[in-house]
Amino acid sequence: MAKSQGAKPQELAVQEKKELVSKEESTVPARYYVQNTDIYETDDALTVVMEMPGVEKKNVEVNIENDVLRVEGRIDFAKYEGLEPLYTEYNVGHFARTFTLSNKIDRQQIAAQLNEGVLTLTLKKAKEAIPRKIAIN
Amino acid sequence: MAMLFPDSYGTFLEFQQALDALRTSSWLEPSISSGGAFPPLNVFRKGDDIVILTELPGIRKADLQIQVKGRTIRLAGTKPVEYGEKASVHRRERLAGSFDRAVTLPVEIDADRVKAEYHDGILALYLPRAERDKPKTITVA
Repeated sequence: MAKSQGAKPQELAVQEKKELVSKEESTVPARYYVQNTDIYETDDALTVVMEMPGVEKKNVEVNIENDVLRVEGRIDFAKYEGLEPLYTEYNVGHFARTFTLSNKIDRQQIAAQLNEGVLTLTLKKAKEAIPRKIAIN
Repeated sequence: MAMLFPDSYGTFLEFQQALDALRTSSWLEPSISSGGAFPPLNVFRKGDDIVILTELPGIRKADLQIQVKGRTIRLAGTKPVEYGEKASVHRRERLAGSFDRAVTLPVEIDADRVKAEYHDGILALYLPRAERDKPKTITVA
């Protein structure tokens, strides 16, 4: 999967979309896909970069519940109305993916940005728990 | 979490199934100059015209090159994936690189009226069918 980030650009290969396998069953019949994601860590933050082509800002939902980060992006199906498929090479669907967070992440400081179909989440690390010294009486 | 779908009766699933059903079609033939198979294309018909959609997330408009000649369309560009300095990568699924693909449509298009739009990582090409290629109705005298 991984490609080196050398100076000379590599030829891009087609990445088949992965369908989401969820523990819960959905009540709506449409299929979900898993967005391609990069995660990298810097000194003060963890950055999650997700490819969600076709998803508008208003249709992105990011939430954290029980240490699980869930990102969902829905495509606007209305845009495909009146279009009759002639030939297809990829499928279209909503995106959803979840990640378990470590307790090093400050839940209050999460920033999100959507540009050109790429969602960037910046998760700030929590200030290291200050070591407590317990005095013995 | 409440989600309201305008298509609660499964029209979206029907659409997804239609997209899957056409994946073995040989409608779009690669031309001699065709490079790789990236980006994957979906071709639609809208009235008389052809609409080509492709997912190009993370590509800047300036890095995208579109050429039309006759009935051949060429899409070329580069996709950057950058991590900051001193970043340790935990997961890497997005691919960076260049692409160059040319496809030949089985119908005549009006190259002068081709329109391209890029929104939210999706490139849409609107290819009007050439007037001379449209079927003529012949009435039996």
